Amino acid sequence: MGEVNTFIQSVPLNYFVILATVLFCLGVLGVLLRKNAIIILGCVELMLNSVNLLLAAFSSYMGDGNGQILVFFIMVVAAAEVAVGLAIIAMMYRNTKSVDVSIFNKLRG
Amino acid sequence: MENLIFAIVLLPLFGFLINGLFGKSMPKNVVGGIATLVVFAAFCIATFLFINFDKTSQPIIAKAFEWFRVNGIQVNFSFQIDQLSLMMVMIITGIGSLIHLYSIGYMHHDKGFYRFFAYLNLFVFMMLLLVMGSNYIILFIGWEGVGLCSYLLIGFWFKNKEYGKAARKAFIMNRIGDLGLLMGVFMIAYHTNAFDYISVAQNASKFEVDGSIIIFICAALFIGATGKSAQVPLYTWLPDAMAGPTPVSALIHAATMVTAGVYLVVRSNFLYVLAPTVLDGILFVGLLTALVAAFYAMRQNDIKKVLAYSTVSQLGFMVIALGVGAYTAAMFHLMTHAFFKALLFLGSGSVIHAMGGEQDMRFMGGLKDKIKITHITFLIGTFAIAGMPLFSGMISKDEILVAAWAKNPIFWVVLFIISAMTATYMFRLYYLTFHGKFRGSKEQEHHLHESPLNMTLPLMILAVLSVIGGFINLPHIIGHGHYSKLQEWLSPILTESAKGQLEANLKGISVTTEYILITITVAMFFAVWLIVKNIYVNKGKLPVAEESYTGWEKLSAKKLYVDELYNALFVRTVEGLGRGGKMFDTNVLDKVVDFVGEGAEESGKSMKKLQNGNVENYVLVMSVAIGIILIVNFLLQ
Repeated sequence: MGEVNTFIQSVPLNYFVILATVLFCLGVLGVLLRKNAIIILGCVELMLNSVNLLLAAFSSYMGDGNGQILVFFIMVVAAAEVAVGLAIIAMMYRNTKSVDVSIFNKLRG
Repeated sequence: MENLIFAIVLLPLFGFLINGLFGKSMPKNVVGGIATLVVFAAFCIATFLFINFDKTSQPIIAKAFEWFRVNGIQVNFSFQIDQLSLMMVMIITGIGSLIHLYSIGYMHHDKGFYRFFAYLNLFVFMMLLLVMGSNYIILFIGWEGVGLCSYLLIGFWFKNKEYGKAARKAFIMNRIGDLGLLMGVFMIAYHTNAFDYISVAQNASKFEVDGSIIIFICAALFIGATGKSAQVPLYTWLPDAMAGPTPVSALIHAATMVTAGVYLVVRSNFLYVLAPTVLDGILFVGLLTALVAAFYAMRQNDIKKVLAYSTVSQLGFMVIALGVGAYTAAMFHLMTHAFFKALLFLGSGSVIHAMGGEQDMRFMGGLKDKIKITHITFLIGTFAIAGMPLFSGMISKDEILVAAWAKNPIFWVVLFIISAMTATYMFRLYYLTFHGKFRGSKEQEHHLHESPLNMTLPLMILAVLSVIGGFINLPHIIGHGHYSKLQEWLSPILTESAKGQLEANLKGISVTTEYILITITVAMFFAVWLIVKNIYVNKGKLPVAEESYTGWEKLSAKKLYVDELYNALFVRTVEGLGRGGKMFDTNVLDKVVDFVGEGAEESGKSMKKLQNGNVENYVLVMSVAIGIILIVNFLLQ
């Protein structure tokens, strides 16, 4: 743990923050702009992982392992979410032969 | 003794329950038989009590149970048998059983036969409560009960909307009077700490004569009487009440219920002697009632309407008698009127029965050979009411006229005119119905038949009573004081001062004056008889439709437009209030409620457009919003 910490601390914290921000924004843009459900799901994963990266970085800078434990929790939740999300997408495909989310606006008011 | 008194009251109630609950599945003769027998049995018990009772007997109080106790006043459910209530009970059950018997024939074809007899029995029960109750509370129960029965029986043929309206009119008019009665009773209880007649009479002496309290009490009680006994200004319900079956008109709206007001005043004579001012007011109301009602009766075409106005007019006579303090004369006229007016109504019912439901005299005439028994008995009734010498109506009416003369000769003159009018409209009715040519349709002429025995028997009995009924109280100049049975009989229930006032008045009249007065009235009777006969038989004048009359005849036929006046004054006002309330409701209250509901709906409709179903949109809004929050947050720091 100590070695990893030293290694991480050799990179300035700002770099992590900037990288995470860029990744997060990419994720948001992907969700906003793409119509393909699978890509959107991937972009959501990207956002989650950018947050994970940030958590890990802050955790080691503070010398507190709790942040990294939280990362594992997030990973578990993300895995579960992907399982459910992919199942939904599979069902969508079966019904409409398409994974274009703009078709699925049945819940409009 | 007490059990017998309870039996009188409970027998009609028993009949009501049997007929009301099981009458539908019983044969008609059984229903009618039970109803008639219970009333007749009550009459027999009353007769038995009467035999064991004399003019010196003390009142018998039969207490059923203590009902309630409020503020130290104990109210018992108890009955009082004394000379006055016994007289009323005998009239009610006696005439009641005759009319029940008559109804078996009259209502035979009616589908609501059992319902009719159930109501009739209930009425007799309530009427007995009214006259036998030993306190004002029981009287009030009976008073309301007979009002209810009157309502039910006027609207007996409720499928006709007009009849239903007549029933409601009677009920509402009576309610106005009932309010007066109720206020009077409460005032009595408040000031004398008692409800029962005996205690109230004992405590009455503490009222100062013509004090404001006693005036209020007596006036309030009399307002009750004007409602029930159809006096001005609350009389307009009685003629409309003729919508009910004819036996009902005879029993309720001629012989018994409408006399309840007279009974009330006689019963409360210990209060009225203390309020001479109110008595003067009563006299005035009675005069006005007797006069206008007699005027209306002159040109009515409906046979029952004539008799109805005649009833109002005769009730006016009784009220006049009360007003001059001649309580015995009022009760005497009440009794003879019950005989001859029941006879006339039942006779008219027999005519209507023969005519197949026709009530309009324009389509009658010449019935005297077709329905002989009805004709003769009806003629006797006409003689009795119009004042044939020594017939019951003449003797009782004469007593009122003399008492009025004693008060002031002017009142006698007015009463004399009203008597002349009475004779006029009654002979007009008689000649138009029974003489001349038959004016109805061929079909009706073919259908004409005399009523069965169960209808003619009551007519004959009542005809006999109408002739001899007057002999129980002959005037002094004929009976020389030996035949004033009724006066002696009723003496115990009148206070000394009530008797004293009248006697003092009557002493002022010499025997000669009395002879002259009687001669004049008798001469008037024969003169009117001849004149009316001349007009309607020799000249053959015929009645025409209301609209075709002119001058005073039109005023009479249209009843001085009093109904129209009441409509304009009261009915319209209430309707206007109702319409105003409806406007407020629809335009203000409803609008407010609608606005709240519609506002929620509208806002929901516009908000739902935000939910367009495109997930990207939601995300975009969310991220932009988060961005804005972050920026604002950043700037604020």
